[in-house]
Amino acid sequence: MKIDKNTINKIARLSRIKLDDKESEDYIKDLNSILDWVEQLNEVNTENVEPLSNISSSILPKREDVSKDTNSSEEILENAPDKLEGFFAVPKVVE
Amino acid sequence: MSKSSLKQTLKDLETKKISIRELNQDYLKRIKEKDNLNVFIHFNEDNVLKQIDNLEKDNSVKKLKGIPIAIKDLFCTKSMPTTAASKILENFNPTYESFVTQKLLDEGSIFVGKTNLDEFAMGSATNTSFFGNTINPLSKENEPLAPGGSSGGSAAAVAADLCLGATGTDTGGSIRQPASFCGVVGIKPTYGLCSRWGIAAFASSLDQAGIFSHNVEDASILLQSIAGFDQRDSTSAKVNIPNYFENLDDDLNGKTVGIPKEYSIDGTPMEISQIWEDAIKVLEKKGVKIKNISLPHTKYALPTYYIIAPAEASSNLARYDGVKYGFRSDEIDSLDEMYENTRAQGFGREVKRRILIGTYVLSAGYYDAYYLKAQKVRKLIADDFNKAFKECDFIVTPTAPSAAFPLNEKQNDPIKMYLNDVFTVPASLAGLPGISIPFGKDKNNLPLGIQILGKHFDEQQVFNAAVSLERSYE
Repeated sequence: MKIDKNTINKIARLSRIKLDDKESEDYIKDLNSILDWVEQLNEVNTENVEPLSNISSSILPKREDVSKDTNSSEEILENAPDKLEGFFAVPKVVE
Repeated sequence: MSKSSLKQTLKDLETKKISIRELNQDYLKRIKEKDNLNVFIHFNEDNVLKQIDNLEKDNSVKKLKGIPIAIKDLFCTKSMPTTAASKILENFNPTYESFVTQKLLDEGSIFVGKTNLDEFAMGSATNTSFFGNTINPLSKENEPLAPGGSSGGSAAAVAADLCLGATGTDTGGSIRQPASFCGVVGIKPTYGLCSRWGIAAFASSLDQAGIFSHNVEDASILLQSIAGFDQRDSTSAKVNIPNYFENLDDDLNGKTVGIPKEYSIDGTPMEISQIWEDAIKVLEKKGVKIKNISLPHTKYALPTYYIIAPAEASSNLARYDGVKYGFRSDEIDSLDEMYENTRAQGFGREVKRRILIGTYVLSAGYYDAYYLKAQKVRKLIADDFNKAFKECDFIVTPTAPSAAFPLNEKQNDPIKMYLNDVFTVPASLAGLPGISIPFGKDKNNLPLGIQILGKHFDEQQVFNAAVSLERSYE
């Protein structure tokens, strides 16, 4: 078993998702079965194969290095759950 | 099946046989009648009427003027909220317009509403949406069927004739599979043909916008409208967009079709093997050379996809933190608590599952074994296609391993659910264009789809083969 209680807690913490005990158990089961299933990739010989990260065959185009006005701060803040004097507001971080 | 056609409607509008208002009122009426299908996450009649008013005052000539289009609720739209079918974006009102929807607005189309989908496009049945299931319009009474997914709302909107075309996105089959389930045409173009700008990201190296329509001609018209280079998407391609519709040619004489033997999978229903054979026979009669090809790494496409897509999703969905937009939990004693509770309460089960798996395969010590390995296998899968396309002009396969399944069919086993995408995922990994067209029915009279794949940016060949098969079937 690749994923145990400790591992799921660690991944959940890295993902910033709180899990209750029932969920943890379900995900331990799901993730183990998915990881067992993807294990079949080990049958494939990938020696000297370049990883494919960008399928796009076109070359990245350059653009002019000029500044542009896009969103205003008002627009950016429009959907914020909490804001204060032109800033996003979050719970107190510094004691 | 509906006989609506965008091409015919454009003619009727031009010759004033029908007005923009009459046309759209007809569609509004049907949308309200079909409310039980839960096709739309957002529908507001006043908004549609306002768009009609504005177009009536507009004297300019526009290619899609007055045409009712449904938009998958993954595209950011200024005039309507955008949710990605997630609680975490429940009250999100974009302050900008996606590239694709802007193109459709520039052409004068009318947005009838935002369609339902699997949450963040993660699913194959439109059953992971925070806003409930969409029902396949082809369902019999008391036997609701799934419309497929993730773009199930858009496919259903076309099938129920609630619009003349709809946008979708396809990461591993999310346009082609629901098109097959709902008996409509769905095209996923080459990766890079349509800008991803303003589409809520799922797996950026795979996500691609596309079109649902009533027939192949309509798809060719609409795809041309949404394609094009955009410098705000770094993977957007600078290629010439031909006039697909004007260039449509159903004469396939002398062309070669590739039939990949690896797509004959144990357990595929007879009827699906049968329509595949029927399609090949039709092509043969049209003078197409049949070439048996091999795509040897096909069986590894799904496990490859289910490493790469969740990995990219775990990174893309990090932005939903309850700070900038969308839902924020009430339980926020500290910043970390705020993040963890917001994401725990804001995301649904399948999305969390994929974030967790993606985080795992990218985490220290596992990156090489999973993510890098998957990217290498992805290269082999893409190479398979490159080799095959040296011997053929296009490839024909079934679209999905089944017809539409019952809505309440228990899909507790994630791997079983993932198998829905077995025929669509390989082309997604290779970035190739693919279309699904209705071609035959199963014993319950449900539509089955045939998939046509083409070379990179050879959408024209895909459309030509599709229109040829479509015309022979009608």
